[in-house]
Amino acid sequence: MEGMKKAGRSCLTVLKYFSLVFFSFAAVLPVVSCVITAFKTDEEYQTTNVMTLPKSWLNFTNFTEAFQKAGMGRAFVNSFIILVCVLFFSVIIGTQLAYVLNRFHFFGNKIIRALFLFASQLPGVAMQIAVYEIMYGLGFINSLLGYIIMMCGTDIISIYIYIQFFENIDYSLDESAIIDGASYFTIFYRVLFPLLKPAIVTSCILKGVGTYNEYYCASLYLQDKKKYATVATSLYTFVGPLGSKYNLICAGVIISLLPALIVFILCQKQIYSGLTAGAVKG
Amino acid sequence: MKKKRTPGQWLRSRDGQKTLVMIAFMIVPLLLLFVFTYLPFGQMFGFSFYNMKYVGERKFVGFKNYLKVFERDDCFGALKLSLYYMLGSVVQLAIALYLATILSFKVKGSAIFKGFMFFPFLINGIAIGFIFKFFYTRGFVFDTVLQWCGFQLDNLPYWLKDQRINNFSLVGTSVWRYFGQNMVLFIGAIMSVDQELYEAAMLDGANRFQQFKYIILPGIKTIVTLNVILSITGSLSAFEPPFVITDGANGTGTYFIVMHQIAHTQQKVGLASAMAIILLLIIFLATLLQKLFFKYVFRSAEDEDPRAAKKRERAIARIAKKRAGSAQAGG
Repeated sequence: MEGMKKAGRSCLTVLKYFSLVFFSFAAVLPVVSCVITAFKTDEEYQTTNVMTLPKSWLNFTNFTEAFQKAGMGRAFVNSFIILVCVLFFSVIIGTQLAYVLNRFHFFGNKIIRALFLFASQLPGVAMQIAVYEIMYGLGFINSLLGYIIMMCGTDIISIYIYIQFFENIDYSLDESAIIDGASYFTIFYRVLFPLLKPAIVTSCILKGVGTYNEYYCASLYLQDKKKYATVATSLYTFVGPLGSKYNLICAGVIISLLPALIVFILCQKQIYSGLTAGAVKG
Repeated sequence: MKKKRTPGQWLRSRDGQKTLVMIAFMIVPLLLLFVFTYLPFGQMFGFSFYNMKYVGERKFVGFKNYLKVFERDDCFGALKLSLYYMLGSVVQLAIALYLATILSFKVKGSAIFKGFMFFPFLINGIAIGFIFKFFYTRGFVFDTVLQWCGFQLDNLPYWLKDQRINNFSLVGTSVWRYFGQNMVLFIGAIMSVDQELYEAAMLDGANRFQQFKYIILPGIKTIVTLNVILSITGSLSAFEPPFVITDGANGTGTYFIVMHQIAHTQQKVGLASAMAIILLLIIFLATLLQKLFFKYVFRSAEDEDPRAAKKRERAIARIAKKRAGSAQAGG
């Protein structure tokens, strides 16, 4: 009886680790195969199987060539500018909005929340049909500024993260500041904003990864690929004549996902908790 | 009484400040919301009645665009493809739930497993396109791995060209990308269930399956429901895998792919707008139906709750008794 139970339990343990290893393997295989191929010379790539390891792990020629051919230097600068501006403005906009929605009870509070929620349900691809016309009308095609302004728009997840955080900040803080004669501006910027730091970090990481990876609007509105490519859209260089040089393409792909990988390794916890916080409410 | 002027005046100035702050803090986000969401939404509705391009003349055509959506094979027929994506999302949720359950118990190296499985979620769409074009190419990664498992290359199909299989290949990439993210959400939900419940159940000798059924599942049903709803509406608007991998060729053009091509390549903005409006209506209808369905299911579940709770208690008591019995018999 006990023996059978033990056998059953170790069977379960084997199954457990087998599932974990299997799905982890499935998750990393496509990326690992890219890494392998990115280190191969043209000749190696043509003559060996894709899963054969490269002769040298120090062959960085594909990386430098991909970086130059796709104009990734420029793309990284553009992506960086976009990232910094979008994060800066959406933190200010988002925290201010969350402050008003959480602390003030007024007619329309619920309506505004509902408007943001509804907006987040609309599929982006469909909306761009008409947004394109507006961007065109505003002269925002091929304009980094226009793209940045558009990206600062509706972002229900960070707003929820901020609102949740405000809910956990005791209202007595505001009250004592009011008694001291502080204005609402002062309360927000001097008292509450510094307390929001963890929520800001979380939402910046999520929004940052989202902005860095965004490619659909970037390819619609930043059409001049020489001047305004982001890291994601710079990969479009490899469509066409270079389309079968996978050792080069894989190197480009790996370069493009390095920043996300670094952020992920450094901030795993915040990413997980941010996702969970955004999802439970949404 | 404090040394204030009239209380009314004080209130008014406080109120005045309040209004000022509200306006100052809300005007930019609301303006952005209006310009980039509700204004285009309204415009799109208007466009759908016109025969138009982005630039040039516009001709009012009434409901003709809507009729065309139903008549053209490439438009409405493309919705059938969303069935593949629905199937994929069911598989994805099941895998995620299974792995989340495993990882919420003590597992060696759980952070590493979790990290590996989550990382695909952080890769940008275009990179994913290249990764999977490479992955599925004849004789490349996927074929090689299958050959390791004993398959013959000659028996394997062309994963992206063969129309019998290519939609499954594309759905596979979407499952690959999102199962880790779903898993992380589920782990979060499972962790938020009171830990004492697990300990109590463990003490009472409930096995893994019983723990899952009586403690984990009731604790996370909200988030599971939410994800089911999201994934079904998501599969209606499936877009990314075919857009970045096959560009909609060989019978992989989903509804949104067709819509994107009509709008931005062919510049038939009116027709594309009509397609968008129709799909939005379908999505809202689907969401509504699902919400009603789940409400109904949960209400009946809540009605049964006292009974279920009693059942659970009885089950736990039975197991405890059996335990005690076998311990006695052993002793």
